[in-house]
Amino acid sequence: MTTATAQTADESKLAALIVEALNLELTPQEVDPGAPLYRDGLGLDSIDILEIALVISKTYGVQLKADDADNVRIFGSLRSLNEHLQQHRTK
Amino acid sequence: MPHPVPTHVPLFVHTQPDTPIAFSRGVTIDAHRYLADVRALADRLPDTPDVLNACGDRYSFAVGLGAALVRGQRTLLPANHAPATLDRLAREHPGLHALTDTLGPEMALPCIGVACDGDPKATPFDVPAIPRERVAAVLFTSGSTGEPVPTAKSWGALVTSGRSEAAALELGALPRLAILGTVPPQHSYGLESTVLLPLQNGFALDAGRPFFPADVCAALAALPRPRMLVTTPVHLRALCASDEVLPGADLVLSATAPLAPQLAAEAEQRFHAPVKEIYGCSEAGQLATRRLLGSAQWRLMRDVSLRQDDLGTWASGGHVPGNILLADVIELVDRQHFILHGRTADLVNIAGKRTSLAHLDLQLNTIDGVQDGAFLMPDEDCERVVRPMAFAVAPGRTAREILAALRQRIDPAFLPRPLHLVAALPRNATGKVPREALLALAARLRTHRAPS
Repeated sequence: MTTATAQTADESKLAALIVEALNLELTPQEVDPGAPLYRDGLGLDSIDILEIALVISKTYGVQLKADDADNVRIFGSLRSLNEHLQQHRTK
Repeated sequence: MPHPVPTHVPLFVHTQPDTPIAFSRGVTIDAHRYLADVRALADRLPDTPDVLNACGDRYSFAVGLGAALVRGQRTLLPANHAPATLDRLAREHPGLHALTDTLGPEMALPCIGVACDGDPKATPFDVPAIPRERVAAVLFTSGSTGEPVPTAKSWGALVTSGRSEAAALELGALPRLAILGTVPPQHSYGLESTVLLPLQNGFALDAGRPFFPADVCAALAALPRPRMLVTTPVHLRALCASDEVLPGADLVLSATAPLAPQLAAEAEQRFHAPVKEIYGCSEAGQLATRRLLGSAQWRLMRDVSLRQDDLGTWASGGHVPGNILLADVIELVDRQHFILHGRTADLVNIAGKRTSLAHLDLQLNTIDGVQDGAFLMPDEDCERVVRPMAFAVAPGRTAREILAALRQRIDPAFLPRPLHLVAALPRNATGKVPREALLALAARLRTHRAPS
């Protein structure tokens, strides 16, 4: 496991949500906030992204949409996903 | 005496040129426009036996399929577009080119863009009749040996399947049905239920493939009634768990895995629609339907029959090509009904993508530096999609390196979660790795890894 750069408090909370929702066998602290969530990073696929969308809508009140923004960028890393959520959160 | 079967069947059965055949981002596309797009693309296709249809837009896919049929070319539909898969296909099919659109994946093959720029005014409305015996599509599934196994679908089989499906789902009462799919048209379920079903019954397909619940709701709400959602248990669960107000539908169709009863009930309530399911596989095509709220039993589609012997359950008849051995454990109730008891031990099914443990094991064990390795499919869970895990003996290699090598060889859905590097596999006296021993090993590793 590569050494992760430091997570902010909000990023730690989001990492914990993702690890819990996807039943990943790692600790939230092991999620590198700058690494891609898809493929080479956490290796997530579309089934996982749907799962994440669900917990995000419950926790942050943000409905992800395919066409409203650059999803490749949003899901580019824990950091970019967290930034998107903090900007748009209603909960 | 059976009725004589016509030797040719039209590409679509919409008899009026202005009947809607597709909806694309708010634009209604009629049958005449579709025919013009098919003819225009057919004129541009190079003279090769096969095309690979990688279009992400469902209407572009249908145009590509039609153009290939008109030109007498086979449409190849690999299970994935991984580099290794495309390399193999390019080697085995000289001159192979890919039909793409802006939404499709980038391809390591010569590409032809599907432009949909036909001119209806310059195209007479004479619907092409395609020979029934012509091979229309070739789907690839993972065989137990690890080699992708092609399944050829004749045009006649696809047509029969599309028409039988409408009868089985009782769609006769829903004229000009609009069909929205969350599944790709490249897999058998999406091909049958979102492309052949509309083409062969006078219905209309939605060009999109919405993903997030908010997108599915917006796309469904934008379609005229009657309308139908073609989806999977994974998407239905996400839709029902979301806070969205689900738009009304006239039918919701699910396949790839059986629905849990409580999810079927909730989906019926939220969509104000019957929820029906289809059972089938790539090799045999769709075989049976059910409405779980009515009965847990599956009803076979027209002319399809099942028989059992020592090897398992075989499907034949109707649109099924020959005799197909099914990978599921089935209990026959009578000539038309059966109960599904789950998959056979070797089959792995992740959200409709199928492979076998034997195939996954082979891929793992052929990676450089892996001395021994085995995949394990944990027990099913109603609540979430269960993924395979894997164990590898690979001194000097990291889990990350092995995962990267696996990613080149298998569909991402089957990537092990997690991959455990171990000193040895729990092989028994006969050299086999019992599933129970792997489950016990997984439990030990999980305890070991748990944060203090």
